[in-house]
Amino acid sequence: MKRANTPLLIFILALFAVCVWFILPGNGFGDRKDFKLGLDLKGGSHLVYRIDLSKKDPSQSDADVIAGVKQKIERRVNAYGVTEPIVQTITNEGGSFVLVQLPGVTDIDEAINLIGQTAELDFREQVVDASGKPVLDAEGNQEWKIATAKGTDGQERELTGKYLKPNAQVVLTPQTNEPEVAFEWNSEGATLFEQITQRNLNKPLGIFLDNKLISAPTVQAVIKDKGVITGLTLENAKTLAIQLNSGSLDVPLTIVERRDIGATLGADSLKKSLEAGIIGAAMVIIFMIAYYRFSGLMACLALIVYVALTLAVFKLIPVVLTLPGIAGFLVSVGMGVDGNVLVAERLKEELRRGRTLGAAIEEGFKQSWSAILDANVTVFIACIVLYWLGNTFGNFLVLGFATTLFIGTLLSMFTQVVVTRTFLRAVVGAGMAKSPAAYGVAKQ
Amino acid sequence: MIDLVGKRNWFFLISAIVIIPGIISLAVFGLKPGVDFSSGTAITFHFDKTVELGQLRQELTNEGYDQAVVQPAGEGDFFVRLPEMSTDQTTKLKNDLQTGLDTTVTISSLYTVSPIVAAGTVRNTIIAIVVAAVAILLYISWAFRKMPKPFRWGTCAIIALVHDLVVVIAIFSILGWAAGVEVDALFVTGVLAVVGVSVNNIVVVFDRIRENMKRGISRDFEVVANYGIVESLGRSLNTGLATLFVIVALYLLGGQTTHTLVLALLIGIATGIYSSLCIAGQLLVVWEKGLAPRKKEAVSSI
Repeated sequence: MKRANTPLLIFILALFAVCVWFILPGNGFGDRKDFKLGLDLKGGSHLVYRIDLSKKDPSQSDADVIAGVKQKIERRVNAYGVTEPIVQTITNEGGSFVLVQLPGVTDIDEAINLIGQTAELDFREQVVDASGKPVLDAEGNQEWKIATAKGTDGQERELTGKYLKPNAQVVLTPQTNEPEVAFEWNSEGATLFEQITQRNLNKPLGIFLDNKLISAPTVQAVIKDKGVITGLTLENAKTLAIQLNSGSLDVPLTIVERRDIGATLGADSLKKSLEAGIIGAAMVIIFMIAYYRFSGLMACLALIVYVALTLAVFKLIPVVLTLPGIAGFLVSVGMGVDGNVLVAERLKEELRRGRTLGAAIEEGFKQSWSAILDANVTVFIACIVLYWLGNTFGNFLVLGFATTLFIGTLLSMFTQVVVTRTFLRAVVGAGMAKSPAAYGVAKQ
Repeated sequence: MIDLVGKRNWFFLISAIVIIPGIISLAVFGLKPGVDFSSGTAITFHFDKTVELGQLRQELTNEGYDQAVVQPAGEGDFFVRLPEMSTDQTTKLKNDLQTGLDTTVTISSLYTVSPIVAAGTVRNTIIAIVVAAVAILLYISWAFRKMPKPFRWGTCAIIALVHDLVVVIAIFSILGWAAGVEVDALFVTGVLAVVGVSVNNIVVVFDRIRENMKRGISRDFEVVANYGIVESLGRSLNTGLATLFVIVALYLLGGQTTHTLVLALLIGIATGIYSSLCIAGQLLVVWEKGLAPRKKEAVSSI
């Protein structure tokens, strides 16, 4: 029955030491130097956009459109300067969605504008009647039509943002200090632009973004390869430059879900949860030792190993920690006590039946193993279903709970069976704590 | 030895006292769906100076949001539930409140869900519950294959499980109209976790009863069942208490985000301990012998 316990004990202690080192802030390797915190703890914005595939070009496949949207949003988000953004697409019966997480963003309205706009830029000419007078619509506004010209291959093409080089930038006009976006055409765009500026010399040329007029400067000269867009605020100019460089989206997006969490709320929640966790764990330890005495103390030591091990695994994978995730972990700590209680209760019984301490330990573990295993199966079932649920609609809170509870429960089985037993065996082997009273058994 | 089986009718009565009003509440008021399921916008506002509930309500009415539900969210913050709002609308509301209340307003959290996502969430939640129910039933039939009458024992376990879920849902229904507590995706998460923990407790107790039957403690099933339940008492109470310590600490100190999750766990796990000790085994006895309690002498003979 008694296998080599000492090597196992040394292994557990070494593992514990490594885990403790690893979970301390700043320790680790690569990008595993700190715990990954979810949006609810860091603050930021979680956005879900619906991709309107009904508006796509029929020649494109759904998958291409979705991939294109994702790629362009990634470019926009990166250009905006968000650390550790998440962009992922979800397709389910409700349609196709793109989920964007922007940790630490304070001006969320601005970010929403930047990401969700189709950002289709085009250049339009005034519609004129036979006598050359501008045509006005019912509301008295100038009517415009998209300017077209012959491309390099002789085909008639519309002049849109798709012929821009991805190097648009915001510059300030030297005289007025007003922001403008400077852009350059690729060779196709330059061919079109040259013909169009020539045709519209001394006439206004409308610059439209998503069918909204931004400005209508008068063409002063024939221009070939570059130009500027004026009439923007600095913020809008920055946004537009990023959008032009990342390309316009092929289909419109609409926000269907938005969750903002203020940075102070996040930090506050983290602090509160940690306090709650520490107080809860302290109560568990006091209770276990008061009730089960020596085996309770052993179980608590095992629990401490368990906590270190679990946190190390969270950091290693890495698991994104959220508030429900922390709750899930704490519940697994509470339930981790379960196995130890089962074992300790058995141990007491075996001692009462008059077995020796060593035999009682072995018997206690043997008897309680099937209960520990059976008991956790239902928790695993619940976690797997919840993980699926959280994944289908991108709910990182549900996902966080399911992940930490699952990992926590799995590792707690390991500690209950391996760590607690090794500790108890080591103690018995060393001839300490021989009295049954130390295990909570009253002298009869 | 405590006679937990003999007092079974009292336990059934206690459960009925909670469950019957709860079911009435469920039938009349249902559950109060949160933004997750019903779509809409929920905002927690933080004000730099003290703002009275009435003031905020008045201001929201002035802005045309007379349907808004306003609740204090602690530390001078307010939780406001509105119909679905666009980005421009939320920004405008914030600025208008700023002018109207003459203080700096911060949106400390905002959650907005459109009907299309809400409908998807409802659908997926139903699928998740059905899948979980089937998986748990399969597990129960597997775990109880060793039991003497698998169908009977399994059914009693399921009744006890449903009992726990009904208590949680009923209390949330009552809290819904009494205190404005809403159910969201995290509530469902809590309920499914309760299922996991609850079945676990019942399995441990039934396992004990089965073991004692094998040992042939008594011919009377009532005595055997009571013996098994009382033997599990220490384990069930201690495990439950340890878990509850942590959950109560989280509930009291953990902040707003996880309130529905932690509350569902708190009610569910507490009920689970009760039903595994006071309901599940007793149901087995009822099935075996009917509702009448046995004569008292049998207890002293153990």
